Amino acid sequence: MLHPVLAVLVAPLLPGVINRTKAYFAGRQGPPLLQAYCDLAKLFRKGATYSRTTTWIFRAGPIVNFACLLAALAVLPLGRVAAPLPFAGDWILLAYLLGLGRFCTVIAALDTGSSFEGMGASREVQFAAFAEPALLVGLAALARRAQELSLTPMYAGLSGAEWAQAMPMLAMVATGFFVLYLAENCRIPVDDPNTHLELTMIHEAMVLDHGSVDFGFVQWGAALKLWVLGALLVGLFPSAPADRPLANLAVGLGWMLALAVATGVAESSMARIRLLRVPQLLVGAGVLCALGLLLGFR
Amino acid sequence: MPPSASIPLFVLLGALGLLAASGVASAWIGRWSERGSVWLGVSGSAGACLAGLGAALAALAFRAEGTLSFPWSLPYGAFSVGIDPLSAFFLIPTFLLSGLAAAYAVGYFRPWNGRNPGRFWLFYNALVASMALVALARNGVLFLVAWEAMSLVSFFLVVHDDAGAGVREAGWIYLVATHIGTAFLLALFILLGRAGGSQDFAAYAVPAGSAGGLFALALVGFGTKAGLVPFHVWLPEAHPAAPSPVSAVMSGVMIKTGIYGIVRTLVLLGAVPGWCAWLMLGMGAVSGVFGVLFALAQRDLKRLLAYSSIENVGLVAMGIGLGMLGVHHGLPAVAALGFAGGLLHVLNHAVFKGLLFLGAGSVAHATGTRNVERMGGLLRRMPWTGAAFVAGSVAICGLPPFNGFTGEFLIYVGSFKMLLGAGSAALGGLLALVALALIGGLAAACFTRAFGIAFLGEPRSSAAEQVHEAPLSMRGPMLVLAALCLAIGLGAGGVVRLMEPAVAMLVGSAAVDAGRNSAPWLFPIACGAVMLLLLALIGSLALLRRRLLAGRSVRRAVTWDCGYAAPAASMQYTATGFAQPLTQAAAALLRPEIESRPPEGIFPAAASFHAETPDAARERLFDPLFRGAAKWLGRLRWLQQGRVHWYILYLVVVLAVLLAWALRS
Repeated sequence: MLHPVLAVLVAPLLPGVINRTKAYFAGRQGPPLLQAYCDLAKLFRKGATYSRTTTWIFRAGPIVNFACLLAALAVLPLGRVAAPLPFAGDWILLAYLLGLGRFCTVIAALDTGSSFEGMGASREVQFAAFAEPALLVGLAALARRAQELSLTPMYAGLSGAEWAQAMPMLAMVATGFFVLYLAENCRIPVDDPNTHLELTMIHEAMVLDHGSVDFGFVQWGAALKLWVLGALLVGLFPSAPADRPLANLAVGLGWMLALAVATGVAESSMARIRLLRVPQLLVGAGVLCALGLLLGFR
Repeated sequence: MPPSASIPLFVLLGALGLLAASGVASAWIGRWSERGSVWLGVSGSAGACLAGLGAALAALAFRAEGTLSFPWSLPYGAFSVGIDPLSAFFLIPTFLLSGLAAAYAVGYFRPWNGRNPGRFWLFYNALVASMALVALARNGVLFLVAWEAMSLVSFFLVVHDDAGAGVREAGWIYLVATHIGTAFLLALFILLGRAGGSQDFAAYAVPAGSAGGLFALALVGFGTKAGLVPFHVWLPEAHPAAPSPVSAVMSGVMIKTGIYGIVRTLVLLGAVPGWCAWLMLGMGAVSGVFGVLFALAQRDLKRLLAYSSIENVGLVAMGIGLGMLGVHHGLPAVAALGFAGGLLHVLNHAVFKGLLFLGAGSVAHATGTRNVERMGGLLRRMPWTGAAFVAGSVAICGLPPFNGFTGEFLIYVGSFKMLLGAGSAALGGLLALVALALIGGLAAACFTRAFGIAFLGEPRSSAAEQVHEAPLSMRGPMLVLAALCLAIGLGAGGVVRLMEPAVAMLVGSAAVDAGRNSAPWLFPIACGAVMLLLLALIGSLALLRRRLLAGRSVRRAVTWDCGYAAPAASMQYTATGFAQPLTQAAAALLRPEIESRPPEGIFPAAASFHAETPDAARERLFDPLFRGAAKWLGRLRWLQQGRVHWYILYLVVVLAVLLAWALRS
């Protein structure tokens, strides 16, 4: 139970780490590490303004998305830290909970009737259609390697020795997952969370009209999504011995922060690719995962 | 026969009799009294469906099995009907959805404007009765009679609004397609009966080495009814043309008689070669991806739903194909998961597709159009219909906690389990997995688009501004179906346990036991727990949000549009635009016909864009085929003289030839 609580509380730190890394590369001082917490505290105390066009769908979107990510933590292991409710096939539920969150975010965006939000929604569903097969094939590669149907034992079996043995396969899946991590969290090279031009944004365009408490849930949800998809990736990396859960948790947290730094480095050293190229990038990630899977066929 | 089987069987036969009698009485009374006719039709339909549903549930729960046979004067025919878990399972969605759609039809058709309502109720009740008889028949001739009756009465229901030329053409395509399918079934039953010496299912025998060929015949014949690609061409024409309650029944349950036929054939044939399983899995995957891509390109809401039915039948076929592959490779757990997932999806699709077609009917009824580009903002004006439609949309995308997730979950786990094994079977698992993931993502795009453009935003036409909520008789059935979507999703473990004997008929009870012990055969309890947790989280977050906003200022304003002062409804994203990135990516398959006049010059005047996506199989396979056939067969036109004595001569000649042929041996 420690991991979900930790995830909910620590997740807003991740955007802070990413932003500080980007600031370092740009030679700026950057916002404080805990800026996201201050933002949340402020947003949760504000009054709200709603568009007359919107309905309960608009108000439900951020809540359902946040609830989906919270529920996903019930089946999500962090490296060798077991999930609270593991069962055979839990990765399907995880993928589809992310899907439900996306569905609700998209219809909440369409509820405003704004063409910007429609544009963001259209792009979001397009990229998701390419990202979902890649994610599931990557998980299939791991399942086949471990001969397990549940995420917790799937990740528990990965150790330093496993990396020595199945290095190419794990590296391919990890690369694929890193691309998915960037794409699903709307980071460069797929989307730019800092842009101020609505026409070029995806996720930020979908939440243009949200404010106050709702936007607080959107922001917290975005941070939590960084954690959920990050956990799928950093779980592949070596961790502490299986009988020391607290050490494992600490190692997992360390990897997660390192991943945030890596994201900041990637965002600082790359430009956004053209929107038309994004599907190619995602299909590339899927191909890497599929190659990882096929390497296991021998 | 044990009494446990004869009681539900007699109740079911009584329900069929009630359907037939009430339909005829409704048509007869309808000449004088409109109200009496509607009342007779709907009460007969609803009463029979209620009784039939109870009998089918009881038969499945108590595993009733037995056959009743009555003599019949038809050659080779016998009126033999029977019940077993497989029949009982397919009867449940049939009666459930038909009863609810009948109640919906009362409000949908009002006012009748002097037309005889019995014309509808006669055919509707006959359709329900014939669908049930298809599932009950235990004799090849009786099965074909019921099958043909089902096709004919559904044809009359499709052309109910026969004033439109489009409706008549759709009906014609349907009539031709369904009879081509029946021709293959005729061959199948003749071959099976000839080897067994009788047309009774119990006596059927499979000639050595021909199981694969017979399965292929069944796949074409039943696949045409089910709407598997490429035999689906009638489906996107007929389903939108029919009145909405009929579309719901046709899409929700009538096409499932095709699935029933395929699994019944599997039971009759016993073992089939491995390539049949691959064919089934491949056709399922192709139908799924093809269906959802074409659904994404439609602007007609009912046509979109019809294509989505092709997708969902593809999912069912993938489950069955996976099950067959599991049987062939001796993987009992995979077989049990595949068949269970496929059958569960049959039930689930009946519930959510029925719901969505009824919702689309309410919307079309209120706005007078089926084009989503002319809707918009309906959720505020039709809150109940909108809420039901969003529940159906989430369910059909296979998202938790609704029922669509449960069937797909079992198929996913089956494909994963197969993937963990060795050899070529693992590739089948990979194929199923990739197809399922692709379909899932595209379905989400398709239904966020359908719901978002039709129900959200601002009204896109004056017709959409002046709509009213549907009457209670239309809302009630939709809300019951929406509640069922959630109930089956949360109680999937119990539903799977209930349908266990039906799955056992396909894989053997030993395999069911193996599946139960080695895999999450019963829907995992933890999965249901997480879904309940999700609902609890949503509820508590909603309360938290309300607490946080209490006492603070909540204002209303216009949607922020980048500082633009006068946002108009026409500035919203369109359905075509929403899907454009995906339809563009799949343009090689979809081949949209685009007419565009882009803005030109410094002061651009009128500009326009129009895209149409005709069915690929119809455009490139069937239209050339039928044109060719018409050209060649046209050469035989001279046979058709129009003079009666020539026709008598033909009869005499044929009889003489037959006589000579008979005397030869």
